[in-house]
Amino acid sequence: MARVLLFGRLGDVAGWRERELESPSIAHLRARLAEEDEALGEALASPGVQVALDQAIVRGDAALSAGSEVAFLPPMSGG
Amino acid sequence: MIRLTDQAFDPGALLTDFCAGRTETGAVATFTGLARAEAGATTTLELEAYPGFTEARIAEHAAAATERFGLQDLMILHRVGKIAPGETIVFVATAASHRRAAFEACDFLMDYLKSRAPFWKKETGPDGSRWIEPRDQDHTDLARWET
Repeated sequence: MARVLLFGRLGDVAGWRERELESPSIAHLRARLAEEDEALGEALASPGVQVALDQAIVRGDAALSAGSEVAFLPPMSGG
Repeated sequence: MIRLTDQAFDPGALLTDFCAGRTETGAVATFTGLARAEAGATTTLELEAYPGFTEARIAEHAAAATERFGLQDLMILHRVGKIAPGETIVFVATAASHRRAAFEACDFLMDYLKSRAPFWKKETGPDGSRWIEPRDQDHTDLARWET
């Protein structure tokens, strides 16, 4: 199970901020989230949304394993 | 020291502690950020961080500031959670042998914290809530250091 985290407006769009989901890759996870929630799928694909895998930014796809932490990060606004 | 807190803090007490026991420092510069009420338009500010990730990204930038300005020490304390107008949001202190390095490093760190640090900010007022994204001015401020 991967731990999926949503930050900022993404959490409001989805109505949740943390979930445990089974998924083999980031691409698969995106597709699965978009399938169950179209608005979230669009929000995740919008410009400036970055993905962190185990707290490191990744670009493109990456494989997930049990215990992976995937965070979707909208544009950071600073403090 | 880099730390996030969900509690209000006293910037004077932080400065006193930061200055204590320094016999070779010469200059300490600080910045304290307060939440604005925006003439009643904002009743609450809410800052969300990604624990671990946020501190690590700030630490990378702090290391860059230390090297660039030859800092002896620095301290960054940043609020998360709900913040009322007039409360402190951020405190930055820099210590160096001479004032120019301390001033410039403090300014450099604040430009980063205001525009690119991993925080997500929500303002709530009489008209509802909205998530804030960086202003053009924040990017212009940050670009000053890219030479």
